Parts: sequence; structure tokens; C-alpha cells
Amino acid sequence: MIVALLVILVTIGSVIFHMWSPWWWSDIASNWVGMDNTIILTFWITGAVFVAIGLFMAYCIWKYKYNKNNKAEYEPENSKLEWFLTIITTIGVIALLAPGLIVWNNFVTVPKGAYEIEVVGQQWLWMYRLPGKDGVLGTTDIKNINDDNPFGLNTNDPHSLDDILIDADDLHILKDQPLKLNLRALDVLHDFYVPQFRAKMDMVPGMITYYWFTPIKTGTFEILCAEYCGTGHYAMLGYVIVDEQEDYDEWLSEQMTFEEILASNGKSDLIKLALNKKND
Amino acid sequence: MAADSYDDVAKNKESIPALEVAPQDLYHAKSFWTKYIFCQDAKVIGIQYALTAAAIGMVGLVSSWLMRMQIAFPGVIPMDAAAYYQLVTMHGMIMVVYLLTALFLGGFGNFLIPLMVGARDMVFPYVNMVSYWVFFLAVLILAASYFVPGGPTGAGWTLYPPQAITSGTPGGDGLGIVLMLVSLAVFVIGFTMGGLNYVITILQARTRGMTLMRLPLTVWGIFTATVLALFAFPALFVAGIMMTLDNMLGTSFFMPAIVEFGERLSYDGGSPILFQHLFWFFGHPEVYIVALPAFGIVSDLISVHARKNIFGYRMMVWAIVVIGALSFIVWAHHMYVAGMNPWFGFFFATTTLIIAVPTAIKVYNWVLTLWRGNIKLTIPMLFSIAFIITFVNGGLTGLFLGNVAVDVPLSDTYFVVAHFHMVMGIAPVLVILGSIYHWFPLITGRFLNEKLGRIHFWVTFIGSYSIYFPMHYLGFMGVTRRYFEVFESDNFTYSITGINQFITVAALITGAAQFLFFYNIIVSSKFGKKAGKNPWKACSLEWQTEDVPPTHGNFGKELPVVYRWAYDYSVPGADEDYITQNTPPNAVANAKAEQT
Amino acid sequence: MSNKKESLIGQLTQKPWEPSQVKIDNLHEGKTFNLHVGKLGLRYIMIVSTIMFCLFIVTYADRMVYDDWIRMPEPFLLWINTLILVFSSIVFIRIQLASKNNNFEKVRRELVLIGVLAVIFLIGQLLVWQNMIEAGYYVSGSPANGYFYLFTTLHGFHLLGGLIYWVMTINKVWKLDNIIVRKAKHTLELCAIYWHFLLAVWIVLFGLMLFS
Repeated sequence: MIVALLVILVTIGSVIFHMWSPWWWSDIASNWVGMDNTIILTFWITGAVFVAIGLFMAYCIWKYKYNKNNKAEYEPENSKLEWFLTIITTIGVIALLAPGLIVWNNFVTVPKGAYEIEVVGQQWLWMYRLPGKDGVLGTTDIKNINDDNPFGLNTNDPHSLDDILIDADDLHILKDQPLKLNLRALDVLHDFYVPQFRAKMDMVPGMITYYWFTPIKTGTFEILCAEYCGTGHYAMLGYVIVDEQEDYDEWLSEQMTFEEILASNGKSDLIKLALNKKND
Repeated sequence: MAADSYDDVAKNKESIPALEVAPQDLYHAKSFWTKYIFCQDAKVIGIQYALTAAAIGMVGLVSSWLMRMQIAFPGVIPMDAAAYYQLVTMHGMIMVVYLLTALFLGGFGNFLIPLMVGARDMVFPYVNMVSYWVFFLAVLILAASYFVPGGPTGAGWTLYPPQAITSGTPGGDGLGIVLMLVSLAVFVIGFTMGGLNYVITILQARTRGMTLMRLPLTVWGIFTATVLALFAFPALFVAGIMMTLDNMLGTSFFMPAIVEFGERLSYDGGSPILFQHLFWFFGHPEVYIVALPAFGIVSDLISVHARKNIFGYRMMVWAIVVIGALSFIVWAHHMYVAGMNPWFGFFFATTTLIIAVPTAIKVYNWVLTLWRGNIKLTIPMLFSIAFIITFVNGGLTGLFLGNVAVDVPLSDTYFVVAHFHMVMGIAPVLVILGSIYHWFPLITGRFLNEKLGRIHFWVTFIGSYSIYFPMHYLGFMGVTRRYFEVFESDNFTYSITGINQFITVAALITGAAQFLFFYNIIVSSKFGKKAGKNPWKACSLEWQTEDVPPTHGNFGKELPVVYRWAYDYSVPGADEDYITQNTPPNAVANAKAEQT
Repeated sequence: MSNKKESLIGQLTQKPWEPSQVKIDNLHEGKTFNLHVGKLGLRYIMIVSTIMFCLFIVTYADRMVYDDWIRMPEPFLLWINTLILVFSSIVFIRIQLASKNNNFEKVRRELVLIGVLAVIFLIGQLLVWQNMIEAGYYVSGSPANGYFYLFTTLHGFHLLGGLIYWVMTINKVWKLDNIIVRKAKHTLELCAIYWHFLLAVWIVLFGLMLFS
């Protein structure tokens, strides 16, 4: 009796905890509400299964308590019942998988015209690069990385010079503009994750990964590294600020391009070299 | 005198004679060393595996307490980030590989397989003995990594490159990672030797009348798990060798061109994702290597203690085999956000959710075994019930993570940690605990103390559920895993300090309760209530030995002959509510199963 | 014994509680395969080993396609070593024929030859390594180098393992007046199969490295 009651308690208790829990996701700040909706659907289906099994078990424990004058039923199998349960389980699984795959299809299909920026991760800080006036990100190579060129930009690539470099500072992005993040890691695996945007993807040295999203709310959001990257993994924090057009433009005008940074460091000869190559 | 046709058997109601082959050449130990240390008796080897796994498991358990203290009460136990990550890594690797795999396959497999199939011992007893000592060596090598400069590796149990072998990770530029990889390679070699024995004994050394479909599900679970190990362990071995070469000889199997702390390293051209593919090709079947024996064992526990045949035995066997086969085509669900080709996401999400179906069938069948049963609420039965609740919970959260789009926000958060602990940490461990209460009378001839056992059960079940159920909600909030300092965000809906402290306290209490269990084992093995032969009135062969505990050779002068499947409980018309597998037909009056 | 030879899948659809099935099952011998356990054990080991080599080969094929793949030269000595392995397999065939005719004196002689050949092979492989290193082909050089050293090492370790079994085999035929014929023949057969397996693995690995 007690056992049955406690089984019911655990089952119903879990449901109550879920409904009452103050620990829940914060409001979504990106377009990926499809992920949240799929989660809610999954909760309904899996929750129903959990409750059904828990209560049924409690009933069996209570009703079929041992009595030495009784015997259990001798039924090695019931093919009809087992096939029926298999089929409804399969239907349940399809009900979860179908919406999930639709959302995934959207996630891997970057919309045309998405604004592309680059996020560079290294132990244990974030850097960002915007494409600048020509709208194209310059190419990079790991061989080029040095103190003057922490992003490893190819100086003979004409698209690199006007790239806006953001180092050791917050990233600003524009509200309601679809954004594709090109992710690059310089040393080990990292992962650029903002819980309120829901999306994430690992950054793998040696390749460029990506994901896209559209921010729908202004605000300041914390960036968490979501792939273990060494002893400073927990300290690899940053901020991304979603701005309206006016604030964004103001912020953008304050940023320096690669050319300007080189000039301010007194490395103008590098620019001359690159410009000469451009004319060749 | 063997019968020539089925008619002869029908006419001739006598029992069928025991198998007329030469008895197995068993090595009869004479000295202390060959009886207890370098023993070839699978039962002794099983206990050796179990004790070694438990010992290193304690190191893993204490590591988890230290980790939880750091998360909830930072500063109480002085530790830096490097030490924390070393604890995280060793806890994970020890628990998954050196405790659970070793205990289920090496411990339970060795003790139960020969007894349950009706054999005198494993088919290669000498190799079996060597396999234990190779495992012991692997544990020693792993333990040695605590004592080298730099300490053990802190790369996370998943050991991903490049971080596992670079200087930003503890043990990465020292011996820590090397000892881990060498230990794993030695472990794989040892378990190939052991697996050889388990598989071939089950296939070829069964006693007369024991068809595959008359085997108890415990054997099916361990058998399938060992076949999985056969195919999966080589992948771990390959990944480990290649990473060792990258680390020690500067090859670039997994290492791309990188600049670390301003310094360009000499690697080039390797692929970190290749390691992940190899690792998870091992890693996913590995979790089924842990789960399948648990499934098999719990089926038998429920059956015996509910006095009812396991419902749907055929489907249960098929489900075990299908789950085992499917486990090889789902691995990249651990890599949805690893940066691999997005089209893989579609494939692996589909296969992962398909594997939910045979798993669900098993759950239905366990519950349907309770339906119209005659349920004794013994401690093994309590643990089985707790298993069902926790496994259903953990399995259902797997449906969240397997659905690729849902995994995107939840991956690398505490939701994943809660999921795998529930489904791999709690559920199989509940089966291990329950099965020790169940088989203790066979191993020692005595019962474990009932009162202590019940306290142990309730604290363990409610305690462990309290640890991991709330943890899922931290994951929903986006609390990331493997953080030395818990990050409390202004954007969170509620503070996570309190819930983390609650989880830690629950963990410490649950951990403390295990000492009750160890005390119970030690004291009861000497002073426990005597159990006699087959105290649970079970049908399977391990309870039908002449001596309890069974001696070398298991079954005395003559091997048993099997006349029925392993689940003849509550057979209508029979006197008792069970008929053992080796009870001949003429010894059962008016039993329905014998009607022609 | 059952008249019908049931396939493994077929066996899993049996209903063990059905009275008709019970009658058939009661006569079952307890074996699934009509093979000696030693042979089955050897097959198990060969399967595990094959899977391991296949995984390495898959990663090799994957890596081959990148720009930084620099081929290694083809050392003549490797061909000699290959011939040694081929010759060993031929010797083993002679051994198996001799054992069939119960000519254990010949078996013993040829087994010693096998041991000698194996040692020569291993020394030969080490010599190839030495030549490679002197010529500047270090293991960390190009991925092709890395795989070469890796493949030869793994194959070599398998051969060393085989030599342990070789010791047990030769032990069974050493005292010519005290040979348990059934056991000796059985061990000889397993040793021979394993040696042929090692030759096959080597041909695949060597061939792969030659043609890439």
C-alpha cells in the first residue's frame, strides 16, 4: 500500500514540480520559437507516458499484492497487445520527430540576404569581425596570426582591409535582421551560445562552422561557451547587445577597421604592400 | 540412451539422460594462490571483478561529492579549476567504463553465465583469469595518473582533441592523458579476452535442453552487450592509439593547425571531428553495453518476485537484439552541434527516435509482468520498481535530446547531465543494488539484513531521484555543464543557487546511504540469516546447484538437463507456483505445460 | 536432435513454452554452432582485429584525399618481408599436410622454421623503420608516414601475440613420444589459420599503402 502510494507520489510530484517550477527558460529573444514549441509538445507526449506508466504500476502494486493462496496469471505473451503498443509508440515517435525535423531544416537553411559576421573563439575570450563597407568578410589563414594581426587576416585580400575588428569588447547586433554567424576557433573546440537565442554550434579549429538566427528583442545577453575548452572554460564569458537601428549605427561608426588598426599601430607599410598587390 | 524421435519422448515419460560427453577439463586449484588469487573459477573471477570495480567506483563516487561541493558551496573544499576538471574527468571515465562495464560484464557475467546456462565454468578458464589481471592492470595505470606531475587528465571523459592534449587542459601536456589512453587500451584488450569467454560459453557450452530461447533474459542481456563490445571497443582503441601518437610523436591524426596562447604548434591537417566519430561509434554502443545487462537482469528480478513469467519473452529477446543492432547507427546524436554536415542531423535523429520503440516495448512488458502478478514486495522487487520509474524518466528525456532541433538549445547544458545520470547512473545502479540483494543468498548462503536494506532502498531511490529530476530544469534555463564556477545570469528566471545546494545535499545523503549497504554486505556475509537452497523459489539453473554457495564445477557429478523455459511461474495446475528448469516432465503432476 | 536446421533468426521466433516446442527443445545438445570452441574463439579474435584494422583503414582513406599527403618511398626490403610472410604460410600448409599424415617429426621441424621466419620478419620490419628514419621520413612528417609506422606496429604486435600461441603449439609436439594427437592437431590448425590471417591483413595494408 505504502509502496503504491509512494510511486503515485513520485509520479504526480514530478508533474507538480514541473508545473510549479520557477526554474524555467527565460523568454526567447530570437526567431527559434520552433525549438521551444517542439519542447513543449515533447513534454505533453512524454509527460502523458510517464504518468500513465507510473499510475498503472502503482495500481498493479496495490491490486496484485502477494497472497499465497493466489497464483499469478500464466500468459507468456499477447502478440495483439504487443503489436498494438508498438504501433501507438511509433505514432508517438513520429509525432515528435516530424516537427523536430522541420525546425532542423529551417535551422540549417540560411535565408538569402542574411548578414554574415564572424565570431572567433580562443582560450578564453571572444573576438568578432564584421564585413565592413564591401559587405564581404576577408579570408584568413592561421599562418598569418601574430600580435599585429590577431585575426590572421590575409593582407593581400582586398576584402580584409575594411573588415571591422572587435577585440576584447561586446558585440552589438541589429534587431530583426537575420544574422549568420561564421564560427572559427584558433586553438581548441569552443561553442558560442546565448541561452535566450537558443541556437548554438561548436567552433572547430581547422574548419568554419555556422548557424543563423534573427534577434527579436533588444537587450544585453550573456554569451556562454558551451564546449569544454580547458581550465578557463567557465570564465569565457561575453556580452552581445541587440540594438535598434539608431543605436546600432552609432555603435558601428565607433568601430575601427583592420586598415585603421594597422595604421594606428604604425604598420602602414603593410597596407601599402597590400594595396600594391591589389593594383597588380 | 538418447531418444530418437519425438514420439519416443512422448511414450517414454522418463527423464532424458545427461549429456554424454567428456566432462570439461577444469583446473583444480590446490594452493592459496591458485584458489583465491590466480583462480580460474569464473565465480571467483566474477567476485574479483566486482570488488575491483567497486573499489575504483568509490574513487569515482567521492569525486562526485567533491564536484558537487564546489558547485553548491564553493570554497568549502579548496580547489582550483584544474582540480575540478580532473575530478569531472575521472568521475566520468571511472563510472562508465571501470565500474559499470566491468561490473556488469566481468562481475555479473562471470558469476552468472556458467551457472545460468548449465556449464561447469567458462570455456577458456585460463584466458578468463588473465582477463581479470589485465583489467586490474588497467585500473592500476589509471590510478597511477593521480600521482604523476600535472595529475590526471582533466579533458572530460569524452577526451576531445585538441583540448585533451594541449597545455590549457590539465594533464594535456604531461603524462595524465597518456596514462588514461594507455589504461583504456589495456582495458579493451582485457575485455576482449573476457568477452571471448562470455560469448562462446553462451553459444557453445549450454547444457542439454538449453536452447537459446530457454535462456533467462539476464543471459540474453549480457550476451548481446558482449557482442556490442566486440564491435565497439576497437573504435575506442583506434581513437586512443591515434591520440597517443598525436600527443607523443607529433602526428596530426586529430590535430589541425592551431595557435595556442600565441604559439603556433607543429600540427596540421588533422580533424577533431574524426575523433568524435570514432569515440561515439564506441560511446553509444557503450551505454547499451551498460544498459542491456541491466534490462536482462531486471526482467528476471521482476519475474521471480512477482511469481509470474516475464510478459512477452519473445519480444523481449527481439527488443534486446534490435536495440543492440540499432545502437550502431545512432552515434552522431552526440554530435548534432559538433559542426558536422547538417544532413547527418536528419539521419541520426530518425534512427535515434526509432530506437525508442523497442526500448518502450521492454518497459511495457515489465509493467505488464506486474499486471495480474502475485507481487512480493521484497527488496529486489522494490529496486526493480524504482528502476522502471527512473529508467522511464531518463529514457523519455532522451527523446528530447534525440530530436536534433531540440538538442540545439539543450546540448552541453545540465539537461544532458540529468538525462544520462538518470538513465545510466541511477537506473542500472538500482538494478545492480537490487540484484545483489537477490543473489547474495547464492553467493554467500545468507540473506542481507532486511531492515537495513529497506532503509538503504528508500534513501537511495528518493535521494537519487531528488538529485537528478530538478537538474533537468537547470538545463532548460541554459545553465551550461562543465563550469567550475556556476554562472548566475541576470537573464535567468530564478536563482539557481538554492536548487544547486539542494541537489548537493541530496547527493551527499544518498552517497552516505551506500555505507549502510557496504556495512550490510560485510556483516551479513558472516552473520546474516541463513538462506538455504533457492530461497526465492526461482526457476533458473543458478539456484539448482547441489551446494550453496556453489563450489568449483558448479553442479556436482552430473550436469543438469533442461526441460522447460526459464519462466514457469504460477503454472496452472502445478502444485507450487514455480517449476525449475531442470524439473523433468514426469515430476510435475497435471501441469498445463506438459499436456500433449 | 532436431531434424530441422533452424537459422539463428528462426530460433528467435520459437515459443519455448509451447508443448510441441518443449518436446523438440528437450533433445537440444546445448550448442549453437557445430564448431569446436577453440575455432570459434579464434574467429572471435579475428573479427575484433579485422574491425580494428578496418576502422584504421577508413580513417586512412578519409585522410588520403587532403593536399598535405606526401607519399612515402617504396622500400625494397618491405617486399622481401612480404615474401617471408608468404613463405611462412606455405610452410604452414606443409605442416598441416604433415600433421594429417601424423608425421610429427616433420611438423616439429617446420614449426621451428616458422618461428625463425617470424623473427626474421620482425627484424626486417625494424630495419625498414631504421632506413626510413635515416632517410628523414619521421613519424610526425606527413600523415602517410604516421600511418605507415602505425600499420607496421599493429601488425607486428599481432605477430608477437601469434608467437605466444606458437610457443604453446610447438610445446604440444616437442616431446615426440608424448603427443596427444587430437589436441596437437587442433592447436596446429588454429595456429595455421591465424598465420594465414596475418598474411591477409599484411597484404591489405601493404597494398593500400602501395596504391595511395
